[in-house]
Amino acid sequence: MRAAVILFPGSNREGDAARALRRATGRPPAIVWHADHDLPSGTDLVVLPGGFSYGDYLRCGAIAARAPIMRAVASHAARGGLVLGICNGFQILCEVGLLPGVLMRNANRRFICKLQHLRVENVRATFTRGYPAGQVVRFALAHGEGNFEANDETLKRIEGERQVAFRYCDADGRVDEASNPNGSENNIAGVLNSRFNVLGLMPHPENLIDPLTGGVDGLPLFEALAA
Amino acid sequence: MKARVTVTLKPGVLDPQGKAIEGALRSMSIEGVHAVRQGKIFDIEIDGEDHKRARATLGEACERLLANTLVEDYAIEVAKSP
Repeated sequence: MRAAVILFPGSNREGDAARALRRATGRPPAIVWHADHDLPSGTDLVVLPGGFSYGDYLRCGAIAARAPIMRAVASHAARGGLVLGICNGFQILCEVGLLPGVLMRNANRRFICKLQHLRVENVRATFTRGYPAGQVVRFALAHGEGNFEANDETLKRIEGERQVAFRYCDADGRVDEASNPNGSENNIAGVLNSRFNVLGLMPHPENLIDPLTGGVDGLPLFEALAA
Repeated sequence: MKARVTVTLKPGVLDPQGKAIEGALRSMSIEGVHAVRQGKIFDIEIDGEDHKRARATLGEACERLLANTLVEDYAIEVAKSP
């Protein structure tokens, strides 16, 4: 597994992503600058890390989505290559059109920074096959704009095609309004594309890879990618 | 040539910033404000004097970058020649 982490001006979770990838794959990922035009040859997985690319100017992820490297990322995805967008990376994937929908400001207007339970909804994707179906995991949330919105037709399609990878829930796996931290439609926390080779999610699995710092619920995601 | 692009949230899209501003206006006792929706204005200078071409350029700019047309509408105004 050769992974590449894309670095945009304002990314700040690239170190966390690199640490999780190194732990799972045994080798450090390539760090690729946004202004580059090509991915390193042999790249299997592209990770768009969290942060505040371009200071969230215009809209979250909007300017990063138009960076030169994103053409290479889109081609990689079109070839069936794996792409993982975490937090700001998810926002970028929606802006560039590799994933449906858009991330809007949290409905309660607050920046959310806490651990959050999620239910794994689709375990057929490379990203999620390390979890049993319906598993409740706990990842870290850190975002101001994670309210996933899509029109009714799109929502119907992504639900029908099993493109929802993770939903916000409580510790018992209950998915309801009380367990929805940011107002996302259908408690959606992570979405796959129709081919299941692109995943975007707001929570941070890369921060849950070590018992010393809160748990290891994120490890199966990275280990499944490395397998 | 001067132009102005206005980007607004589509009707029905939740606008927490607008709501917060609305609440602040109420708390300041500024009476009669029923609702606030926040948008963006871009003042843009365009090369040349061809209005039609300017509109086409700005339309492309809106579609490809300035607006996310899933949730936003845009309007283009090009200043009349002096």
